[in-house]
Amino acid sequence: MMPISPERSISVEKGAAVRLDNVSFSYGETPLIFDVDFPASEITAIMGPSGSGKSTLLNLVAGFEAPRSGRVLIGGADVSTAPPSARPVSMVFQENNLFAHLSLEQNVGLGRSPSLRLSEADRAAIAAALKRVGLAGKESRLPRELSGGERQRVALARVLVRDRPVLLLDEPFASLGPALRDDMLDLVADVHSEQRMTVLFVTHQPDDARRIGQNMVFLDGGTVAATGTAADFFVGAGPDAFRRYIGSGPFAAGSRDVARKRT
Amino acid sequence: MQRAPSSDSRITAGILALAAIALLIGGAFTGLVVEATRDPSGVASAFDSYLLRIVRFTLWQALLSTLLSVAPALFVARALSRHPQFFGRGFILQLFAVPLALPAIVAALGVLALYGRAGYFAGMLGALGGQSWPGIYGLSGILVAHVFFNLPLATRLFLEALQTVPADQWRLASQLGMGAAPAFRLIEWPPLRAALPGVAGLVFMLCITSFTIVLTLGGGPSATTLEVAIYQALRFDFDPARAVTLTLLQIALTFVVVLALTRLGANMTGDANLPVAPRRYFSAGAAETVLNALVIGLALLFVAGPMAATLAAGLGADLGRLAGESAVRQATATSAALSVLSALLSLALSLSLVMARWALALTRRTGGRTVLEHLADTGAGFVLVVPPIVIGAGWFLFLRTVSDVFAIAPVMVVAVNAVMAMPFAIRAIRPAYDAASERHERLCAQLGISGWNRLRLVDWPSLRRPLATGFAFAMALSLGDLGVIALFGSDSVQTLPYLLLARMGSYRTEDAAGLALLLGLVCLALVLTADWMGRREKS
Repeated sequence: MMPISPERSISVEKGAAVRLDNVSFSYGETPLIFDVDFPASEITAIMGPSGSGKSTLLNLVAGFEAPRSGRVLIGGADVSTAPPSARPVSMVFQENNLFAHLSLEQNVGLGRSPSLRLSEADRAAIAAALKRVGLAGKESRLPRELSGGERQRVALARVLVRDRPVLLLDEPFASLGPALRDDMLDLVADVHSEQRMTVLFVTHQPDDARRIGQNMVFLDGGTVAATGTAADFFVGAGPDAFRRYIGSGPFAAGSRDVARKRT
Repeated sequence: MQRAPSSDSRITAGILALAAIALLIGGAFTGLVVEATRDPSGVASAFDSYLLRIVRFTLWQALLSTLLSVAPALFVARALSRHPQFFGRGFILQLFAVPLALPAIVAALGVLALYGRAGYFAGMLGALGGQSWPGIYGLSGILVAHVFFNLPLATRLFLEALQTVPADQWRLASQLGMGAAPAFRLIEWPPLRAALPGVAGLVFMLCITSFTIVLTLGGGPSATTLEVAIYQALRFDFDPARAVTLTLLQIALTFVVVLALTRLGANMTGDANLPVAPRRYFSAGAAETVLNALVIGLALLFVAGPMAATLAAGLGADLGRLAGESAVRQATATSAALSVLSALLSLALSLSLVMARWALALTRRTGGRTVLEHLADTGAGFVLVVPPIVIGAGWFLFLRTVSDVFAIAPVMVVAVNAVMAMPFAIRAIRPAYDAASERHERLCAQLGISGWNRLRLVDWPSLRRPLATGFAFAMALSLGDLGVIALFGSDSVQTLPYLLLARMGSYRTEDAAGLALLLGLVCLALVLTADWMGRREKS
């Protein structure tokens, strides 16, 4: 893997397993109950209809929501009551990943120091991370000077300098066009193959899940309806609800480009 | 599991701000209660026929002022909305925003300079009446000044209501060949009717708590409101028991009015933001155009008159000599210092409440809001229930037993004006803070950016402009205020409005006009700056 900074690359943790142990949560009327494992160092796609609880699941892992009962375990440690910043987790949102008034270097640098006191080593790591995501030399740009895809690359650069064992992706590429999305997915896959962090990836696009997902968790009605390998799901071994959800269209014709990109 | 709400420093800041406000209002009430228990028979015996007359006049002038402001405003707003594009329309709307910025005492002087016994119109009005013009002290003066303030305000609020009519409705109306009358009835009247109770309520509230206008234009015992009577009881008659009775009555009266207002859904801070003239697909006929031009022209003359008179009279004063006077320089310095401090305090309190409200809303999942969140949300609005004179009177009574009341004049002026400006400051700050927090909240939580780091790196850049807007507005309000300083002012602590009042009282009209021009221009500049920065923020 490409070292981000020498002292960090030595101590880099491999991905940590994420476990939701009978976690219940209620947002208004509908109760949600999650009891599911995400294997360490693998990419798990999370799919399901709108309102099935995909984002809530990520928010519970990230610490933006607190479970009513049950435990959230990361790497075996109970983090149920830890604030978001204390959890070994990075998250990329669909939008608003960047502070509009801060430069790219500062935006990425916040992943190192929340007070933006950056050492020379930090700056070098930031430059390396920006280079890794294809934004070399743009340290002093402002987010508004970038395209939507480039802004998400900055968010990924910050994931690199934060170097946490778990990465949560909440439909981060949903607003990008198909070609750009494929590029971004490949970037995520490459980063994953270097860092081996555990990735939880919420998406609406079956293509996304097939492109980089190793495992699949399918949510329906606020609970886990099915789990398995992505390959099984897309050859028709998934539950009926999943087949109804993705429709029969593009997959009936067979494996158009299944497993084109496996990491 | 819930994270304890107090772990967020923003909530702590909000609690401190609420405590400060509670201290200010609580101290005033303590003063009233202490005084009432010292002399209960005096308080009771203050209920006499004179008191009833004051209450009646307070309500009567407010009712008339409301009627005379709101009814014409309906027609002016309609006329302006019918003609979305004509030369000078933008200027008229800007001009209609000026009274909001002018200190009441400046407007009162402008009205006197125009319609007073020695005013510019005195000769003409005297010739019309066939005898020498008696001036407009008393009810007529109060009404003219109140309408000068509130007609433009009501017009802008009604115009805002009219602009909520979707363009499609106008397109449809013109396609159907709808004339002016049915268009008014079917398209314009519904939003106007919906806005009417709120606008009328707001104007009524402003008139019932009006102090400066009544103090300077009211004439003697027959034209006195409760607020002015409180001031007279404390400063001239020195009758604390009477002051307590009057203050309690004023509180009861405003409480009832505010209660009625909140039922009507009135916007208590009264500040209309008008977008640029929208496109309209509707053209007025020739006769209607002439009529509309007449309506707009009359309103324009009425509003511009006192301003022009203020300008002319001010320029006629010996400004050079005034500027050289040590009393004027002293008052200017005092005013500047007190208003800057007051604006800073107002911003600190407002920002604390805004942050606390947001943070509390975050910790809550679903279900009801806590008392604390309610207070952080609407606490600032409550201060409008308690007029500055009431707070001033309470503290005056409280402190006179323990120390020299005039010595703490600066503290009182800064604190009361800061709290009074809070609703306006909050209106400037809160949308920007909430919008920025909406974007940044999860990111900050994730990256562990909180407390000072968050204020410095995240909040300050997005709040710089709204804070500057709020500052300028709060400073203008404080600079022009003649409420608390009228109670606490003395020869050693004078602000510009206080000095202005003193010069008026000693019939140095020229000096007063010069000072009014200075004060008016500074306040106008501040509010225009605030407005300009607010606009740039939005675009």
